[in-house]
Amino acid sequence: MTARGKEAAALALHRFGFGPAAGQIDAIAADPRGALIADLDRSSGMPSVDLPSSGTAERAVFDFRAEEQARQKLEQRAKKAADASTMEVSQAVMDAPSGASAVPQKPPENKPPPLPQQILFNEAKVRFDAACAPTTGLVERLVWFWSNHFCISADKIPSMAGAYEREAVRPYVLGRFADLLLAVESHPAMLFYLDNVESMGPNSIAGINRDRGLNENLARETLELHTLGVRSGYTQTDVTNFAKVLTGWTWIGPGEPDRGGEFAFNKRLHEPGDQIVMGKRYPDTGVEQGRAILSDLARHPATAQHIARKLAAHFVADEPPPTLVARLAKNFADTNGDLKELARTLIAADESWVPRRQKLKTPAQWITAGLRLTGAYDTIPIGRIMVAQTALGEPLWRPPAPNGFADTEAAWIDGVPRRLDIANEFAARVPAADPAALIELSLGPLASAETRATISRAESRRQALAFLVMAPEFLRS
Amino acid sequence: MRLHAPSRRELLFASGTLFAWAHMPKLAHAESRDPRFLTIILRGALDGLATVAPVGDPDWTTLRGDNALTLDGKAPALKLNDFFALNPAMPNLRRMFQDNEAIIVHACASPYRERSHFDGQDLLESGLPKPGPSDSGWLNRALSSLAAGSRVDPNGGRAFAVGPVTPLIVRGPAPVLSWSPQRIQPASDDTIQRLLDLYRHSDVKLADVLEDHAKLAAIEHAGDMPQKPGGPGPAQVRAYFAEAAGNAAKFLAQPEGPRVGALALDGWDTHVNEGIAKGRLSDLLSALDGALAAVQTNMGPVWRETVVVLATEFGRTAHLNGTDGTDHGTATVALVVGGALKGGRVIADWPGLKEADLYEKRDLKPTTDLRAVLKGVLKDHLRVDERALAQNVFPGSEGAKPMAGLVG
Repeated sequence: MTARGKEAAALALHRFGFGPAAGQIDAIAADPRGALIADLDRSSGMPSVDLPSSGTAERAVFDFRAEEQARQKLEQRAKKAADASTMEVSQAVMDAPSGASAVPQKPPENKPPPLPQQILFNEAKVRFDAACAPTTGLVERLVWFWSNHFCISADKIPSMAGAYEREAVRPYVLGRFADLLLAVESHPAMLFYLDNVESMGPNSIAGINRDRGLNENLARETLELHTLGVRSGYTQTDVTNFAKVLTGWTWIGPGEPDRGGEFAFNKRLHEPGDQIVMGKRYPDTGVEQGRAILSDLARHPATAQHIARKLAAHFVADEPPPTLVARLAKNFADTNGDLKELARTLIAADESWVPRRQKLKTPAQWITAGLRLTGAYDTIPIGRIMVAQTALGEPLWRPPAPNGFADTEAAWIDGVPRRLDIANEFAARVPAADPAALIELSLGPLASAETRATISRAESRRQALAFLVMAPEFLRS
Repeated sequence: MRLHAPSRRELLFASGTLFAWAHMPKLAHAESRDPRFLTIILRGALDGLATVAPVGDPDWTTLRGDNALTLDGKAPALKLNDFFALNPAMPNLRRMFQDNEAIIVHACASPYRERSHFDGQDLLESGLPKPGPSDSGWLNRALSSLAAGSRVDPNGGRAFAVGPVTPLIVRGPAPVLSWSPQRIQPASDDTIQRLLDLYRHSDVKLADVLEDHAKLAAIEHAGDMPQKPGGPGPAQVRAYFAEAAGNAAKFLAQPEGPRVGALALDGWDTHVNEGIAKGRLSDLLSALDGALAAVQTNMGPVWRETVVVLATEFGRTAHLNGTDGTDHGTATVALVVGGALKGGRVIADWPGLKEADLYEKRDLKPTTDLRAVLKGVLKDHLRVDERALAQNVFPGSEGAKPMAGLVG
């Protein structure tokens, strides 16, 4: 049995989007599936904003840190001079700034955040605004899904976290998986995050000269997490050989003023020779050797199965219906990993529309849904939203490990009581709205009698709003 | 803005807008007075009978039974006069009363006669005679009327940026400055209990998780470990109330600071296990009492120029319900404190507590219009023109004449 009409519309927006914004349930009630699919055809997944590229951002952060260092050094010098002679104190302090005209002065109080954080905030704001845009939210959910699937961590490389998503993920979420895979694995942020910039062939020129060798991190995670999936038949030798193939995939040091922070294939690091990976021999064609393997991995049946299951589990149920997984895997294989077709298949499948809500929204999905619902997301500064995500265990672009954030009920349910604190805070910050209208706006036919009663009996609009976003129908999708 | 993982303390208390006030220095300065006025909205409907008990009414103990506050109960109520006694959780308010710095108006209500919190709070803040959409609150319109009469320092009307949410009571044409306190009011035990109720009926897994969480919180509160996961302990609520009100007073006390302020304190909707002498309401009243003390302390020498009005959207049922709580009612108390008052009085046209005396046979009957109290303070303390009060500030309130003689 599948949901219909307004119920299906509400379900569609919660399950495949970030929850309804005002009027959306009614707007798509005539054809919820059609509305989702239309978004796939309409949206590019690309925000129309002007933000620095990952290379530009990384170079700016490099410069920023160098300037900070210089400033601190000057302060130390001044302090030393002061310690040496109290008589000279005033002179030393007065001299210091003028002698450092190229170095930014210490910012005054109420200063903007340091550059790396500012870059992160700007990127986060663009991402959050995109999730609050008045679409079904499906394309942004796909962006989030793929970005988490191919995650990096801002803890390791804050300058690039947002740019990575814009450059390597967004352009391909409705394109081909093979292109997405190549874009992420060759992005400097990924090469840095999974240590490939450290890796060098033991028999490469640099490896010999520096007595250094392989780092298998990127090769292993590409096989285990990004493509085939764990225990899908590859061996340690496959990992090692693949790592050899990927040597030389690196970045230009961020201190290099023009192209620092950008991708480069450095032949001096590359392990010479043919490599056998998953039973197939790949001749040493330089950077093409790795591209050939990625291309084969993208087409591998294990990859189709892995992606199909993960996608169904993300949107429909932690234990997704095997028929749905099989259909998605077949579609992935048949279309050579056409991700728009894959999304279309997910939406078209009856299994995707069971009325029972079997997913617990992740903290970030839930926060976004709450702010979409109030239509007042601009009233909460992006920094507060990021702090809230962090508090609930899903800090933006900072997953604990390369497998990204979990999306299962088991992972998040124990944290639900903490969401109440966030709900309580945000409910105090958004303008009060009529709770009865908010129920219709956000849940409509999904709202149980108990939920309606609890909200209508709230002691204030603020409490009513907190109850609404904490209602099971709102937490689950 | 921080990027490190925040502590719970930061998370709960880092932001939130709870006050706003119009910037209006040197009110009525021509008379060499410099009045301060603070309004505290108690959201959720305060049980007036549990706050100020009519211990002299022969029907009182019949009405509330074991839960009736009395002068000789286990927690003896604090005598105010021969008829009324104060909840024992409020020694500071009693002290103010004895110092002639507090007035209690009983059996008091706004013109609202339905029982919806949302509409009731809107009406309390908008000052309109009927619920409905409103862009402005009575406090702001009172200030605007003063500006029109040019009693305001012309340099004092500078516009300030408004924070994310300004309470309706201060919204409107007069320039408003808002300030966010360090703390925001944490989700209360009541909120948690209601949510738990919902989960028990609709989602067992969520119920289990929330229940475990609440139990843990209870253990922590019992061990006096504040600011751990779970509902806030009484200590946290006290701290929040005191900070919110105390800081408002600090700002109002500044020579160049605002002169009129408003804030809201939540949590008064006591449907279940009200805890009149010990428990939830007692804790809340105690926190409120602490907040009043903080206002007095932080006002310092200008306390003598200060009036604070505490009002709630409506009262609660006269009888207790079947769960040792009270449901939405009608009349309640309005508390007025401050050094500028001619205090030490309970003002009440007492309606009685026999069934026939109750409003719709269930609630304390309103005999005093809250607008009369507010208009009295605005007229005598802030010198708002009486016609403006009846026409603009509280439209349609001609029948509720400003109560005279509240301010000394």
